Amino acid sequence: MAGECSCQGAPSDAVNTLQYDMNRCVNCGRCSQVCPHGVFAPGDFKAQLVNYEACMECGACMVNCPVNAIKVESGVGCANAMIKSALLGRKEVICGDDCCK
Amino acid sequence: MAEMMRTDSVMTSKDKREHVQIRIGYHRMDHKVDPGLYLIGVPSAASPVFVTSNYKLSFDALRTSLNGFDAYVLVLDTKGINVWCAAGKGTFGTDELVGRIESSGLKDVVSHREVILPQLGAPGVAAHEVKRRTGFQVIYGPVRALDIKEFMDAGKKASKEMRRVRFPLKDRLVLAPVEMKNFVLYALLFSIIGFLIAGAFGLAVVFGIYFAGLLLFPLLLPYLPSKDFTMKGMFLGGLISIPLVAATLCLWKDMDPIEVASFDASIVLMCVSVVGYLGLNWTGCTPYPSRTGVRREIYRYIPIIAAMAVAATVLALVAGLFDMGAWF
Ligand code: SF4
Ligand code: SF4
Repeated sequence: MAGECSCQGAPSDAVNTLQYDMNRCVNCGRCSQVCPHGVFAPGDFKAQLVNYEACMECGACMVNCPVNAIKVESGVGCANAMIKSALLGRKEVICGDDCCK
Repeated sequence: MAEMMRTDSVMTSKDKREHVQIRIGYHRMDHKVDPGLYLIGVPSAASPVFVTSNYKLSFDALRTSLNGFDAYVLVLDTKGINVWCAAGKGTFGTDELVGRIESSGLKDVVSHREVILPQLGAPGVAAHEVKRRTGFQVIYGPVRALDIKEFMDAGKKASKEMRRVRFPLKDRLVLAPVEMKNFVLYALLFSIIGFLIAGAFGLAVVFGIYFAGLLLFPLLLPYLPSKDFTMKGMFLGGLISIPLVAATLCLWKDMDPIEVASFDASIVLMCVSVVGYLGLNWTGCTPYPSRTGVRREIYRYIPIIAAMAVAATVLALVAGLFDMGAWF
């Protein structure tokens, strides 16, 4: 996947999987609205990726972008579940029903 | 048309009692609200519709913030899970919202075509899909229900501030009791082991680690150095080992210096590794780390933590052998 789109602002030692294809953006403004960490900001013609590092991969922008301009492997970083799955070699789960309430 | 239920903005003493129970993790799966359409105040066909999950804390946060409003509240069936986590799982999602709009007969209740969702529900809801399937326009309200009045007064516009997730002291504190409860069995087990190895002092070490990792860590989170949660935890573990080591130097003056030295090294390694691990565990509870970031932390720090814990155990045993040597 990497390198497939014009990933504006993405540093090479990427700490997250956010990818934004500016060419597709129709400037609807949804991504700036839904992002809880101010990663996107409205621009004059296209949404701007202004705080790439702060992305927590919640997936809100991707789900709400009407033209699929954004890709991110979403899921909250729940270490407990991830350590378990790493140790047991299982697929990573987002979290169980008794987790995060 | 499906029936509508009535609610208000009042927090009764029963509500308050239930909130305390939820906070300490008592029967945490039982605090659900019936899904469906609720009336608050005296709404007309033009009144706004607010959507939330059927977790009691989410529902109560919304209805108390709607004090003085005439409005509708559409409660989705998220199996009693809060908006943010349910959105991540997809139960606070497009299908459930579309289904609930239809089953509640919302089209015939209101004359407009707008529903106001909490912003944190966005990871589960594709606004354009909802529009296409129901005709209803999704408006994302503020992150916090408390800001709803200001949001409505501003013509349904959220300020930058309202769109940001924060993690203030109060929110961090509220998580501590549940985490402390989750680890209480380990704490008891290690208290016994600690007591067997080093008596009351062993207990002090276990309690120090327990409170540092589960209470001090969330309190001090923003002030601990490094971006990595594990690193923050290891730093805090190092800090609390200082008074413990100082205590051994004062209390155990007449013991074999090699024994004291191996004990102290064991204490430092134990504090650093275990509090570091507990720090890593907090990533799941806080609204910052990404999955990729946490995965990187796991691969980077777990081997170090494991090595330190093994070394700490060996050193404690070595110190213990010295004791035996003294006995025989
Ligand atoms: S949601 Fe998609 S189309 Fe809309 S502004 Fe963001 S990137 Fe552009
Ligand atoms: S995934 Fe979430 S945090 Fe990351 S940019 Fe999208 S909305 Fe913001």
